[in-house]
Amino acid sequence: MSQSLKIENLHATVDGTEILKGLTLEVPKGEVHAIMGPNGSGKSTLSKVMAGHEAYTVTEGTVMLDDINLLELAIDERSRAGFFLAFQYPHEIPGVSNANFLRAARQARLPKGEEVDAVAFYKEMYLKMDELGMDRKFTGRSVNEGFSGGEKKRNEILQMMMLEPKYAVLDETDSGLDIDALKIVAQGVNSMRSPERGFLIITHYQRLLDYIVPDVVHVMFDGRIIKTGGKDLALELEEKGYDWVTKELVPA
Amino acid sequence: MSIVLTPMEETITLEPTEVWLSNPPLTESDAAPAAATPAWYRELQQKSWERFNELPVPTRTNQHWRFADLKMIRFADLATAAPASDPASLVARAKANRPADFSAHFVFANNRLIHSEIADLPAGAICLPLNEALAAHGDLIRGHFLQETQTLGGDKFAALHGAATLSGLFVHFPKGCVSDKPVLVHHFSGGEGQLIFPHTLVVAEDNAAVSVVDIFESIAESEQTLTVGVVDLIADRGGKIQYVSLQNLSDNGAKHVQINNTRAGRDASVKVGFINLGAAWVRNESLNRMTDKGADCQIFSANLANGIQEYDQRTLQSHEAQHTTSDLFFKNALYNKSRTIFSGLIHVKPGAHHTDSFQTCRNLLGSEEAEANSMPGLEIDADQVKCSHGSTSGQISDEEIFYLQARGIPADDARKIISLGFLNESIEKLEGDELKQYLFTEVERKFAKLDEDA
Repeated sequence: MSQSLKIENLHATVDGTEILKGLTLEVPKGEVHAIMGPNGSGKSTLSKVMAGHEAYTVTEGTVMLDDINLLELAIDERSRAGFFLAFQYPHEIPGVSNANFLRAARQARLPKGEEVDAVAFYKEMYLKMDELGMDRKFTGRSVNEGFSGGEKKRNEILQMMMLEPKYAVLDETDSGLDIDALKIVAQGVNSMRSPERGFLIITHYQRLLDYIVPDVVHVMFDGRIIKTGGKDLALELEEKGYDWVTKELVPA
Repeated sequence: MSIVLTPMEETITLEPTEVWLSNPPLTESDAAPAAATPAWYRELQQKSWERFNELPVPTRTNQHWRFADLKMIRFADLATAAPASDPASLVARAKANRPADFSAHFVFANNRLIHSEIADLPAGAICLPLNEALAAHGDLIRGHFLQETQTLGGDKFAALHGAATLSGLFVHFPKGCVSDKPVLVHHFSGGEGQLIFPHTLVVAEDNAAVSVVDIFESIAESEQTLTVGVVDLIADRGGKIQYVSLQNLSDNGAKHVQINNTRAGRDASVKVGFINLGAAWVRNESLNRMTDKGADCQIFSANLANGIQEYDQRTLQSHEAQHTTSDLFFKNALYNKSRTIFSGLIHVKPGAHHTDSFQTCRNLLGSEEAEANSMPGLEIDADQVKCSHGSTSGQISDEEIFYLQARGIPADDARKIISLGFLNESIEKLEGDELKQYLFTEVERKFAKLDEDA
């Protein structure tokens, strides 16, 4: 049985325009990989395609979550299979409390006829909220409604902690965060690092990678991975800027 | 366009008022003897009956009945309700499903009191069925009972109610008397062609605070029944009232008319909630008057309509003094071929300067055949006024469903959760966690029924 999130030769289009053009990378369990790249390179498209957003059409390639072909599953099945996407722009769900939302997500993972143990659920949720420095009042508030940018991102990490995926993709989780919030979010992610779990961190800036130190860094440009290296690659990228990518790394 | 209606006077089989009094719609043991009702009350009944007979049946040309399906008020073969055959089972039903926290609980079935239970009423509070209250506290009732002369179209129903009611609850909280636990009142109706006339009169004197919940349920499915109810809410200086109506009648046959008249005095605040889940046809009228400085009215509604249900709601926020505030927040979730009508007017009367008044009606369309009609209105005759009104209709966005699905929740469940949340936004604005939980669970129960029907 393979133990990785493996993307192979992935091609995807939106409204007939090809955005992903044969992307290949593999995140073995236990590793943290980062994808960096300039705006418009297709980073967010990659995350949405993996989650199963219907606006994107996969024209070629596979995404394997261990031995499961993710692309053959419905959106909700992907999540239940162990895939998690922390959204760049989490949606607001008016009138649905955070606690009820999380509970429904947990309930969806139970066999028919079984109910979430409410007491244990709240206990666990409170504990994880404490870790993220989230006030208890967020349990009763509507999902993401009126949350600041930082609160929304923290809420995404809380969901990840509660759903304990096998593989998590974090899409620009650092955007809109001040340094304190960034540290807390990073701490949440680091606490979940384990030999049983893989992470793919999509980011525009190197800053986040000071706090979540990656094992591997990929550089993405024009729908493909054009360079892969160690954590120093992120620093080099930061120093030389994305011009370096477009001018020197892109094969002619 | 005009629709020919058989005049109501001819088709409704009601006995004249005199006969009503010699045959009160209550069993002898429950009812106060006729002699005990005050003379003013008998006179009011007499006048109401005359007025009922004089008033025309509403037609399309009446602006208060625009968009209404007037076939729904063609009543035939109605009669005052006979006693329910198995009151004990109804009491058991009411007790088995009620908010956990309450100060008192009354159960009426077909206009008759069948159960009362005082749990935790503060000293000085009066909580009595109307017929008993009329005998014991006639003077306290007189100044407040059916005093509103303005109408939002339902004057004929109000007149019929005045001619007939001896059912429902009188709740009087004297000065400074406060309770945050609600008084619960169940109203059961049943039997083919039966009429009930529940009245709820709530008075909060200076700085008193009271909460009352009316719950309407059918005794059995598929019976043609009609509710003709009126609610009078009076909050004096600094008084606080929360009133909630949960209408959970059978969606097959039951019709429900409820007219609410609210009067908020100086620094008084009144919250009103209408939750409609059942009945084939519903007419809610909510007339809210802010009569003195600092008065505040908040009116919320959460309605879940499916099948061929029609919910028709008319409201008025009447600002009659300076520095008054009001907020109306109505939500309709519609499925199948259901219809809703919302017609609301904010009226800032001359001199009512520094008024803040808001009105929002949102419709969530769960089916292409469902129809939501909204008629928001604004009339401002004062200065330095902050007002807004708006109405929107739409479907659940794909992005919202995607977000829930991405957390492992199947699409159908996601839609249900989002719709529930949509209605819950209105329920959330009420006071009382136990009450809100109860209301939310009832809405959830109806959603579960939609799944079965689908």
